[in-house]
Amino acid sequence: MEMKSFEIFPKDPKKTYGLMELVEGKSPIVDKEPEDTVFTWPHLFSIEFLAVLITVAVLLFLSMYVEAPLEQVASTATTPNPMKAPWYFLGLQELLVYFDPWIAGVVLPVIILIGLMLIPFLDVNPKGAGYYTFSERKFAVSVYAFGMGLWLTLLIVGVWFRGLDWNWYWYWEKSYVHKPLLSGLRDIPVIITGVLGVSEFAGKAIADLIMLAYFAGGFIIPVFIFRNFYKRLGLLRYLITMGLFLLMVGVPIKIGLRLVFSIKYIMVTPWFKI
Amino acid sequence: MNNLWSRFSNWITSTPVWRAVFRHGYEDTPRNRSFIPFSNVLYHLHPVKIRKGALQIRYSWGMGCISFLLFIILTLTGVLLMFYYVPDTRRAYQDIKDIMAVVSYGDIIRNVHRLSAHGMVFAVWAHMTRVFLTGAYKTPREFNWMIGVVLLALTLVLSWTGYLLPWDQLALWAITVGTKMAAATPFIGVDGPFGPELGMRPDNDVKFMLLGGTEVGQNALLRFYVLHCVVLPLVVAMLLAVHFWRVRKDGFSGPR
Repeated sequence: MEMKSFEIFPKDPKKTYGLMELVEGKSPIVDKEPEDTVFTWPHLFSIEFLAVLITVAVLLFLSMYVEAPLEQVASTATTPNPMKAPWYFLGLQELLVYFDPWIAGVVLPVIILIGLMLIPFLDVNPKGAGYYTFSERKFAVSVYAFGMGLWLTLLIVGVWFRGLDWNWYWYWEKSYVHKPLLSGLRDIPVIITGVLGVSEFAGKAIADLIMLAYFAGGFIIPVFIFRNFYKRLGLLRYLITMGLFLLMVGVPIKIGLRLVFSIKYIMVTPWFKI
Repeated sequence: MNNLWSRFSNWITSTPVWRAVFRHGYEDTPRNRSFIPFSNVLYHLHPVKIRKGALQIRYSWGMGCISFLLFIILTLTGVLLMFYYVPDTRRAYQDIKDIMAVVSYGDIIRNVHRLSAHGMVFAVWAHMTRVFLTGAYKTPREFNWMIGVVLLALTLVLSWTGYLLPWDQLALWAITVGTKMAAATPFIGVDGPFGPELGMRPDNDVKFMLLGGTEVGQNALLRFYVLHCVVLPLVVAMLLAVHFWRVRKDGFSGPR
């Protein structure tokens, strides 16, 4: 009797694949390098369980000592002073000092959210994914830190340094004594009209031009100074990035103008003021 | 005795009922370790195996996990609070007083709910910062970053709608400040640029829609209650499902 050669997995001519090799292991590995992965149970689950325990313990402990506030029953007859929003919105409320409500409360938050959503499409730097680095993405991290720093600063000012009539109160000052209301805020168009002795219309036009110059300069100058930055982004991405960047930088500029030069509005139109 | 126990447990674990509920044994084998996330609806968000790099707390800060946990705690404590709270301006404030003073563990439940809400705002923000600093939003995770930004906004809105419910001075005036800003929205607010030009009045603009009236009253309380307890949690839960699903599809960003 003839001995047939015996194969465990005979090759099938109809198939384009076949079993190449058997490797010793305890479980199947798909799309992974060997030894790269561990079982979720227990390695990840134990960490998550620990996070649950710690979080719940901290919450229960704190909740025994930190009472949720409950003030007098709601009444439209008495208005509290200062009137404060929840702490996470005090950054916006602080902006109300420097901007009209439609900018501080609506337009800026919407632009911030849209800007945040656009980040992945504006950041074309392929480096720095999956690890912490500053040197490989200086611009991105700096801009984020600047924005967050600005936000936190406004928030902290709103939470701890604002008292009666939304005036600045250091914590050692008497929080129940009213401060004199600041007056003498002026608009840039009025200042221009006064200093240059031109007509009111010309004053407004010059103020509009200053605003235009800020944005035009902000868009055009970096094209020549940071040539590579512009080339890497391309025109559309560059315009969106710089637009968001100029708006972000514009916020502290406006705050500075108000604090240092007592300026209320930069630009005055019949419909809105900035 | 020992023999009796092992015979008994062998019989229990071999019954069809036991085997229908517990699909796999407890024995520590790779097969069972695979089955745990694989056969459990709560755990199936997780993959069976995970890259070692994804386990590093110093990389992930665990803040996404804690945000979700706080959302669950908020849902559970929120449901408990709903048993005792009626969104009626005549009794809402008294209901909160009762929760704080009369209801068993009511003060703890409300305190945990409030602290979790503050904690969730912080945790979501920290999670976003971590994702930014590790560049985890880069290809192919752009879409998940966008979902995340929406979830951040919804977290803030959820927290804010809950602020009105105690119906105390803090609540009333915080919501008054907030809705005043809504009235200043360009085009669709009566005090906003181009609002009056487009026919906005105090009784038809976006603030009116939000409050169900021209000032914060019974309609506003009911609207905020329904938004806070039903609409927004459902929307967040759906977006969370997409958010987690995309993490699985796109892979974890962590170090290899």
